[in-house]
Amino acid sequence: MNINSAVDKNKYKKDRVILHSDCNGFYASVECLYNPKIRNKPVAVSGNAENRHGIILAKNEIAKKYGIKTGEAIWQAKQKCPEVITVPPHFELYKRFSKMARRIYSDYTDMIEPFGLDEAWLDVTQNTDKSGTEIAFEINRRVKEELGITVSIGVSFNKIFAKFGSDYKKPDAITNITRDNYKKIIWNAPAEDLLYVGKATKKKLHNIGIYTIGDIANSSVELLRAQLGKWGELIYGFANGYDSSPVSHMNENSEVKSIGNSTTTPRDMKTYEDVKMVMYVLCDSVCRRMREQGFMAHTVGISVRDNELCSFIRQCTLDDFTNVTKEITNAAINLFVKNYKMQRPLRSIGVSVTDFVHDDVPRQMSLLNNEEKMLRNIQLDKTIDRLKKRFGNYIIRPAVLLGDSGLSAFNPKDDHTIHPIGYL
Amino acid sequence: MKQYVKVNATFDCDGNLLPEYICWDNGKRYQIDRITDIRYAASLKAGGAGIRYTCIIMGRERFLFLEENRWFVDAKEKP
Repeated sequence: MNINSAVDKNKYKKDRVILHSDCNGFYASVECLYNPKIRNKPVAVSGNAENRHGIILAKNEIAKKYGIKTGEAIWQAKQKCPEVITVPPHFELYKRFSKMARRIYSDYTDMIEPFGLDEAWLDVTQNTDKSGTEIAFEINRRVKEELGITVSIGVSFNKIFAKFGSDYKKPDAITNITRDNYKKIIWNAPAEDLLYVGKATKKKLHNIGIYTIGDIANSSVELLRAQLGKWGELIYGFANGYDSSPVSHMNENSEVKSIGNSTTTPRDMKTYEDVKMVMYVLCDSVCRRMREQGFMAHTVGISVRDNELCSFIRQCTLDDFTNVTKEITNAAINLFVKNYKMQRPLRSIGVSVTDFVHDDVPRQMSLLNNEEKMLRNIQLDKTIDRLKKRFGNYIIRPAVLLGDSGLSAFNPKDDHTIHPIGYL
Repeated sequence: MKQYVKVNATFDCDGNLLPEYICWDNGKRYQIDRITDIRYAASLKAGGAGIRYTCIIMGRERFLFLEENRWFVDAKEKP
């Protein structure tokens, strides 16, 4: 999406009727629905503490009242509320509920743009039977009856204000943000309540005396651009309601821009061998997903986080487009070796590939590389893909992974396949 | 309490799936005399969500849920 189309006043065409629906405490609500005994107690959905994935992924309204926050560690949550019940996540169930919610949305429009599993924008401008607010009330009621969970819905004339509306009153509420009331409701809110104003941007804005969304809207765009670059223009447009970015059609294939997997390992990775092992697993998953979707990548990226939670990302461009596991794995390992000297043990690493072309585009053979060897590697990948598809992920593995099953016995391709979609 | 049950059902010529008997775990078979409503619904009591069939069984109204490929009812807790 072109950023300018989101913020340019001159390109702003006309007001639309946009809804942003947000399922309240989604994972926790679904868990509470399925387990009536815990429904009236503080509940948090969290990763497995033994595998060091012990952070809070979602919490119900009761847990929220104790100040439990998404993203904090289980022990922190227990300090705030010792009786909090933590339950493991069931992603397949959440995906089913997400699909069920979208089925309801599709009764009102075919312009539905999901934003993660639990949120979606709906453009109901063309729906002449009912007003935006009427549709919002109907969706709210139906989700309660059909899914047994609650949603907050924002109704407004652009996507940004609709999203603000769904966050404004929670849970189980509808907020209408109109041309008449947006200055009163939105402009008085702190700057960080605006989409894309995070911690770093908030700090920069505070440095130039901007504290509210109204301050952003009324400041000069040149000043914001000087401080924040293109994001300055973007948030200026957002704050003024110039956002005219369209809501995607539900059957539109969202363009895949990158494929990646990352993991927090059950124990710290202390040596290059440890890292190599985990890289093999991650690259195998990334490359299989890439081949399934029919892409070849030109750029490989890694993300690294040490045991003091300091993290960095690095990327490199390959000589040619490829989806061969061996080539991507070597590139990722080389990138790591070049950029990290194992100063501290590592807690998590990730691999991603970007910059795609379709795998059926003709490619120039190389005079210098051993083409025969490469063709053999392609054949090998195809064979491994077929074996894994028929007999499961663990039927065939590189020998390097046999060293420590504690680090390598995971299947990122199938274990957790939720890919949030970015706004831009 | 959520109780998964065995159900005899048929697909009619239009592709509609209609339950006919509920088979209880003690071996008893209950005939569904009439279905008065079919809709998507959640069961807060039993804990689940799917397609809810409102069934008349022996003159009483009972909800039968189809959740993906399993049927369940809200049963009384066993003492």
